[in-house]
Amino acid sequence: MKHSTRIITGVGALAVTALALAGCSSGGSGSSTDSASGGDLTPVSLQLQWYSQAQFAGYYAAASQGYYEDEGLDVTILEGAADIVPIDVLTSGDADFAISWVPKVLGSIEQGAAVTDIAQIFERSGTTQISMKDAGITKPADLKGKTVGSWGYGNEWELFAGMNKADVPLGDISLVQQAFDMNGFLAGDIQAAQAMTYNEYAQVLETVNPATGSLYTPEDLNVIDWNDQGTAMLQDAIWADSDKLASDSAYADTAVKFIKASVKGWAYARDNAEDAAKIVTDAGSQLGESHQLWMTNEVNKLIWPSTSGVGMINQDQWDQTVSIAKGTPNETGATIITADPPETAYSNEYVEKALTELKDEGVDVMGADYKPITVTLKENGQ
Amino acid sequence: MTASPARLPRRRGNPVAGRVLLGAAGVVLLVVIWELYKALGPASGVVIGDLTVLPRTTDIAMPHVWDMIATLFEPASGGRKGDPVWLVVAQAAAFTLGVAAVGWIVGVVVGMLLAVLMQRFRTAESAVLPWIILSQTVPLIAIAPLVRRWGSQISVGDFSWENWMSVAVIASYLAFFPVSIGALRGLNSPDANHVELFRSYGAGWWRTLVTLRLPASVPYLLPALRLAAANAVIGTVVAEVSIGLKGGIGRMILEYAQQASSDPARTWAPIFGAIAVGLVAAGFIALLGVLLRRYRRGEVPA
Repeated sequence: MKHSTRIITGVGALAVTALALAGCSSGGSGSSTDSASGGDLTPVSLQLQWYSQAQFAGYYAAASQGYYEDEGLDVTILEGAADIVPIDVLTSGDADFAISWVPKVLGSIEQGAAVTDIAQIFERSGTTQISMKDAGITKPADLKGKTVGSWGYGNEWELFAGMNKADVPLGDISLVQQAFDMNGFLAGDIQAAQAMTYNEYAQVLETVNPATGSLYTPEDLNVIDWNDQGTAMLQDAIWADSDKLASDSAYADTAVKFIKASVKGWAYARDNAEDAAKIVTDAGSQLGESHQLWMTNEVNKLIWPSTSGVGMINQDQWDQTVSIAKGTPNETGATIITADPPETAYSNEYVEKALTELKDEGVDVMGADYKPITVTLKENGQ
Repeated sequence: MTASPARLPRRRGNPVAGRVLLGAAGVVLLVVIWELYKALGPASGVVIGDLTVLPRTTDIAMPHVWDMIATLFEPASGGRKGDPVWLVVAQAAAFTLGVAAVGWIVGVVVGMLLAVLMQRFRTAESAVLPWIILSQTVPLIAIAPLVRRWGSQISVGDFSWENWMSVAVIASYLAFFPVSIGALRGLNSPDANHVELFRSYGAGWWRTLVTLRLPASVPYLLPALRLAAANAVIGTVVAEVSIGLKGGIGRMILEYAQQASSDPARTWAPIFGAIAVGLVAAGFIALLGVLLRRYRRGEVPA
């Protein structure tokens, strides 16, 4: 008896303390919703590839400016993470639409994922290979014999295609796994490092050059831009579920509305880069102010000016992406895909409808006279 | 170190202040070693062949300890502009601690139930124990997205599954293991003559469990609970990175890692936060040990 009462007291004390600890968690809700309340709005969820950052400024702008609501949509933006594969979330039905790079999805399609690229938001590639001036790496052929960094996981194909084109076999470089930061590059372990124009390139420019005592400048760096080398692949696109597009006309309508409002959001980000950067920061991004604005501006450059209207999938660019995906082996000899993707892999049907409606509303979906702003990066991106 | 041999075995006799001092001395020693190596070590690190055995001593690889501390008082960036870094870290640490605590409680409850089940039915032990051990060989990165996906399909009435619950489930997945194993050993620890005494009194299984087996399991249980707490904290931080839960230390580590080149000292701020979470969790178990000290006869390592 004596023992049992003590046990009960002990267990009680345990429970009380534990509950007090648990109390901490109830305050913070983990979901990253951006939803608007409304009675008859259609709930729609969008799965991003990464945390909220200006790479997705258009979607956040469309949500905060009420463009989605205007189309009768209640959009929830789901952030990505290290182990979240957007296409898997889409095919399992947990998101209605997903953002992903085309080469990363082509492999999934060949393995049976029924998804369709319904709007190619980024027309240009943001991937580059950067190096210090003194390394003298200005073109892919110069990579021979150098230490070359890559993040892998589907980020390496433009680099491999560029080397392929310049007849540099993969065995002639020493390929290094690159981390999230640019420390390996700055320490000299990586001579040519992978860098997105909108992120890692800026990270270098936000760092103090120990030799000069001031920040690194673009003059300190050589940049190999895959757009110039002809081995660019299509990046951020909006993906939808192919089967639902075919069988569910309400979903197909929602797709058109979603593209329409998203493109409008991107037009807002083009014309109001500073406000768009602030919207993303308010959505919870921890990036510094100048870094966020830089990213908004660089992402705008990947979209505007648009060749045939934002979201349109240009046949030549799609074909180039597919042909690289089919013909470029990686270090193990594998290619992304072995055969052409099915016809359902992309469709301009929905984006065309959306663009027509936008043009009728007087929204500029071409950005022919788009001029990027000038962003001055501060130390640490603050 | 100069304590007389006679005092050594009596750990409880040590004044608290002395132990605090020793702990602080350990931290200071670490700082001194760090700074000494940074000052005297080769800038390119110690390399044997192609293998770096000791890190570079540059500011990017090894920032000064005082820079790490100074950065805590600088303003944070992005959405938390204006708040000092230490406050942002502290809030993230509290959030992570809360999720880890939920995971720990769920893990302890599940672990205890499994242990009782296995103690009661020998067949259950043969059937369940291999699975318990196997469960720990599944890599976290494989189950994390699955848990999130399954959870997102749960929605009953007003209750809807939230991402932090997925993280808590993953934490409990790591936490239940040591508890179930430790508790099983503990429940089976009473001497045969004690068990037989209970049987001769005609005490039922429940009475034997509550008055004999559970008290006897405490020395086995406490180290298991400590391991479970450490596992819950690690599981929470890793799962936060894995599924991208906002607000905790795990995500903050990744966010700050992106600034690692331009502000290497700042990446240490969330790591300090993670250490703080671990210390609080360990302190909580120590408190639990004090509450249960009546049953702690000769603790056994798990």
